[in-house]
Amino acid sequence: MDATITTEASPTEAPAPAELVNNQKMTARKVDVFYGDKQALFDVDLDIHEHQVISLIGPSGCGKSTFLRCLNRMNDTIDGCRVTGAIELDDQDIYEKSIDVVEIRARVGMVFQKPNPFPKSIYENVAYGPRIHGMTRSKAELEEVVVTSLQRAGLFEEVKDRLESPGTGLSGGQQQRLCIARAIAVSPEVILMDEPCSALDPIATAKIEELMDELRTNYTIVIVTHSMQQAARVSQRTAFFHLGYLVEEGETDQIFTNPQDDRTHDYITGRFG
Amino acid sequence: MFLALLIALIAVFVVAYLLGASRARALSGGDPARLHSLPSYHGSYVAIAAALPAFLLLIVWSIAAPIIADRMVLGQFTDAIAGMTQPEAEAFLRDARAIAFGGIVGFTDATKEAAAEFYSGIRTTTNTILILIMAALALGGGYLATRSQTAEKRTRQVVERVMMIVLIACSVVAILTTIGIVLSLIFESIRFFQKVPFTEFLFGLQWSPQTALRADQVGSAGAFGAVPLFVGTLLITTIAIAVAAPIGLLSAIYLSDYAGKRFRAAAKPVLEVLAGIPTVVYGFFAALTVAPFFRRSGEAVGLTVSSESALAAGIVMGIMIIPFVSSLSDDVINAVPQTLRDGSAGLGATKSETIRKVILPAALPGIVSALILAISRAIGETMIVVMAAGLAANLTINPLEAVTTVTVQIVTLLIGDQEFDSAKTLAAFALGLVLFGVTLVLNFIALRVVQRYREQYD
Repeated sequence: MDATITTEASPTEAPAPAELVNNQKMTARKVDVFYGDKQALFDVDLDIHEHQVISLIGPSGCGKSTFLRCLNRMNDTIDGCRVTGAIELDDQDIYEKSIDVVEIRARVGMVFQKPNPFPKSIYENVAYGPRIHGMTRSKAELEEVVVTSLQRAGLFEEVKDRLESPGTGLSGGQQQRLCIARAIAVSPEVILMDEPCSALDPIATAKIEELMDELRTNYTIVIVTHSMQQAARVSQRTAFFHLGYLVEEGETDQIFTNPQDDRTHDYITGRFG
Repeated sequence: MFLALLIALIAVFVVAYLLGASRARALSGGDPARLHSLPSYHGSYVAIAAALPAFLLLIVWSIAAPIIADRMVLGQFTDAIAGMTQPEAEAFLRDARAIAFGGIVGFTDATKEAAAEFYSGIRTTTNTILILIMAALALGGGYLATRSQTAEKRTRQVVERVMMIVLIACSVVAILTTIGIVLSLIFESIRFFQKVPFTEFLFGLQWSPQTALRADQVGSAGAFGAVPLFVGTLLITTIAIAVAAPIGLLSAIYLSDYAGKRFRAAAKPVLEVLAGIPTVVYGFFAALTVAPFFRRSGEAVGLTVSSESALAAGIVMGIMIIPFVSSLSDDVINAVPQTLRDGSAGLGATKSETIRKVILPAALPGIVSALILAISRAIGETMIVVMAAGLAANLTINPLEAVTTVTVQIVTLLIGDQEFDSAKTLAAFALGLVLFGVTLVLNFIALRVVQRYREQYD
């Protein structure tokens, strides 16, 4: 960890607690994103701290998902998308030419809005990542990775007797946990979650939220959510986006109880959005 | 006559429509909301009531009137016909009709002249009756319909119901035609199998359908073992698929996942133009360009290649079916949800890894059915093989020799004047039946596979 970068994301941010200072896992500086001629993000500065959950909230179209997809260069797959500024992962610019995007995505995993298991068996879904990255040397080792990942995603007990049955046959909540297990299997350092519970019922949502809290000990998590209750429940820090600008970022408690910006206040009290 | 009445009916339809619509507007008193149905529905309602019964009558009459006239003539001239056989009686009626209404007359005599007179008498009477009834139906229908028009009249429901019936009638026509074709194939094939045993046809190794005119000529027996044709068809189809499957599939992958939007928009129609080239043009290409090229190349390396070879025909046929494979595969590959591509990319997979390990397995059922459809197309293809593969029924799997296929033999069996009671001609129907059976099964399998695939994502 480099200790020289200091947090200057927003002038309105409350001072971070002492034990959290200088443990940024990822930093974004002056990030602008364009889709063709249209600018979607303006000058975003944000720090993502290690072993924390950070929520990105804001009304639809505010750029929070766009920002999330910048963090593992998923925007590369969109035609006409251009990112400027600097995004660093452990002090390494991930948009630098010499960087291998495959390696970035292995280190920064992603869970999508809609559960998207591959039409393969549960086992093969989890084994997919380790296989393509050649992470295991033997079958036994691969099996261990699969089992551990499923255990960490809290799914193993439910599926241990049917690892060979198709992943698409699971329930929505189970599918989403399978996708989390799939992401964990490549041992990422950061996990990005794009509204991971929006397609799930409240019980499945509660399970995933519980899971996020456990995963925090090993991983750094960035979650985009439309549910402010969810942001309040799962995250240590919260960032509020509006119309492509990062309006305010700070500790979750502070954002929800004592927002510094009027727009944040209006949004979390339900006056717009 | 029929055409004139049809045009008159169309005129009735248009007039009745305008009448009904304007009456509806008058009923609404300037406020369209007072009507239950729109004026256009009222117009259609009156038009249908006026024209449809008369139209149905016209159709039934056109089919039934000649039959009834024949019966009446036969009843009138029982004495003359008593001594005739069935074909002779038919010839008699045909000649009488030809004398009455124009046409080619075999020969004429007094009885036929009388019959012809009788025919034209019937025709004049029936036409008058027909026109009168149709006019009555049109006027009566139109009158009753306009009488029943009120602001509350639910003409929309009536029109929708009639529309549905018309649509059903059209589909029934298509289905009945198919059934008719299949039945005629089956009946002619049964006649063939009465002359040639079923087992000999399916398992015989000798194909030589030429039967001599006189019993003492060479090869007079004729041999109807279709195995050489089946093998030839299989050989050419295999070569065609070996060409079309890789090229079609790989170009589909390029188009769906690698090509830019603009290139894709331009390239896909161009590729599909291949499907629009008439097969006879492919035939020229195969016979005049590809086959000689293979022969020369073969000679250069010391191989004997006949000037009409299975290889040339198969490769050109493969080129012909590339668009089937590529277009259908492109569709199924595109149908694989973007979320799967994202999911794979999000785990750090490269594009080719994503395609090999996620997209292709997911799209496999669709790709298989695309290939099956291409195969059934290749099996049924005729022109290319007629021109480039030859006519010799060699039992061989050497692609450098001339072979012949089921379709080519059907063509050669039916070219020119034919007697439709010899085994030689009837063999064409048996071959057609086999061909139909095979492609039907293949298409059925392909459609089933596609259906199961669709259920997975929708």
